[in-house]
Amino acid sequence: MAATAERVTQRFNPVSAPDYLPAPQLKDLQLGRLQATVRRAFDNVELFRQRMKAHGVRPEDIQSLDDIARLPFTVKADLRDTYPYGLFACPLSEVVRLHASSGTTGKPIVVAYTQDDLNVWTSVMARALASYGIHRGDIFQNAHGYGLFTGGLGFHYGLEALGATVIPISGGNTDRQVMIMKDFKVTSICATPSYFVHMLERASEMGIDVRELPLRAGGFGAEPWSESMRRHIEAASGIKAYDCYGLTEMTGPGVGAECWFQCGPHIFEDHFYPEVIDPETGQKVPDGVEGELVVTTLSKQAMPMIRYRSRDITALVPEPCACGRTLRRIRRIGRRSDDMLIIRGVNVYPSQVESALLAVEGTLPHYQIVLTRDKGLDQMEIQVEVTAEVFGDRIRALVDLNEKLMRAMEGTLGLRVNVSLVAPHTIQRSEGKAKRVIDRRAE
Amino acid sequence: MKIQQLSLFLENQPGQIVRPCRLLATENIDIRTLSVADTKQFGILRMIVSDWQRALQVLKDAGYVVNVTEVVAIEVPDQPGGLSSLLQAFEDSGVNVEYMYSFPFGRRHTAVMIFRFDQPDAAIKLLQAAGISVVDSVEVYNRAEQ
Repeated sequence: MAATAERVTQRFNPVSAPDYLPAPQLKDLQLGRLQATVRRAFDNVELFRQRMKAHGVRPEDIQSLDDIARLPFTVKADLRDTYPYGLFACPLSEVVRLHASSGTTGKPIVVAYTQDDLNVWTSVMARALASYGIHRGDIFQNAHGYGLFTGGLGFHYGLEALGATVIPISGGNTDRQVMIMKDFKVTSICATPSYFVHMLERASEMGIDVRELPLRAGGFGAEPWSESMRRHIEAASGIKAYDCYGLTEMTGPGVGAECWFQCGPHIFEDHFYPEVIDPETGQKVPDGVEGELVVTTLSKQAMPMIRYRSRDITALVPEPCACGRTLRRIRRIGRRSDDMLIIRGVNVYPSQVESALLAVEGTLPHYQIVLTRDKGLDQMEIQVEVTAEVFGDRIRALVDLNEKLMRAMEGTLGLRVNVSLVAPHTIQRSEGKAKRVIDRRAE
Repeated sequence: MKIQQLSLFLENQPGQIVRPCRLLATENIDIRTLSVADTKQFGILRMIVSDWQRALQVLKDAGYVVNVTEVVAIEVPDQPGGLSSLLQAFEDSGVNVEYMYSFPFGRRHTAVMIFRFDQPDAAIKLLQAAGISVVDSVEVYNRAEQ
């Protein structure tokens, strides 16, 4: 019943119109935009021109969407190598905004926007928010960081375009976040999933049950989060938690967004062309088969991206969605090829650790993976914070829990690891992207 | 009859026990007795305190995971065979003693011990049937004051 009632309030929003373009018209639009993008990149960006020449392909060779496979890939290193302005396809005088990635590994990457680019970004963000059922009259808490990070301003402009009431609180100051969520009668929110979990925890410590607040929807992204984390968030907060897909290199948030059915983000294909490839061979894989997502911008002016390798592992979902959108979906990003850890020769993704933890207890969202090397051998320790839900008075129950977690890890990862129960609040909370892995193997 | 005991999760590391003790000290809450159970990685600090409700709030506010457990304080004759004759009351009863520890005070010839039973109510009935005196919380605190 709740589902029906909610769908009645999810009236069709005119901003969503492009989400329902019939496939032939969409493909026609994509081809025209792809040709213009390739031409623009070739004419204005040295790196693209050189690389296309080396590949023996010229802009006029792109005669169909399938011809995209003839174009060379672009990788993150290309953005670093041309730091800061080397990939711009327009004079700086036309650039009205710059953003940059966090740059946790070396130099940040810089992205540029013309006014047209900002308009497109705003429109895809408005469509993303509309697909979460957010509309004029909603009070939206934007807990993404405002600044060089694309999350804060990306959501901000989309919300304003949609006509929602935006609270530009940015990240951090969790007690104030909780107070405002309650006092301002916030109905919807965005944050990284790990930061939202932290907010829920603080709310509970402050004696506030978020399930009793008007909050009903959230858009979460900027870091991989598992399906079990979604269930945990939804149960603990009583909201619907939607995935928001984006990459700084493409525009920021708003490359794709989930609809009511929460079955993976629809890609806004009229502006971003998705392909999934085998990361080893670079060949396109059939729909439904997992591989690395590659995205080409179709309307970016300041900084077009040709076949950018996202390093996100996913699959294109061929089945049409029950919501009626013609935009294709991708499976939710559970892992990134960047995140892969190789422990004693075994490939491990942090999201597997998260799933195993939540499968055992369902209430252990704070964890951290610590890698060390002992006598040349990799050691993986998973530190898990004890919560009031699992803590009793008996030592044996804790020892049993510890062993259960170790067995679940071994079953999921195929690797024997140490699980340590640690005191609450010992793992540092992040106000943005969670730092799940601490690698001390080189120390 | 039953007494509220606070249990805290602690990591097995230097400096872990002093922090909660210091917190209670600044709040002027007295620890009547305590015991520590430990494994290699973590431990549980169990305490009987003068004002358990306030102590619980203070510790929770400081971010500790705290559990409240009902335990039983029993007067044990401080002489050879004192404890074993007491434990006889539970033989064949199915009531299990999970752990026990003692208070630092007693009367001249008796000690007071804390027992954690898996079934505290059944245990109290057995004790009463055997004529063994169970010390209530008021008495525990009064004695500690003497």
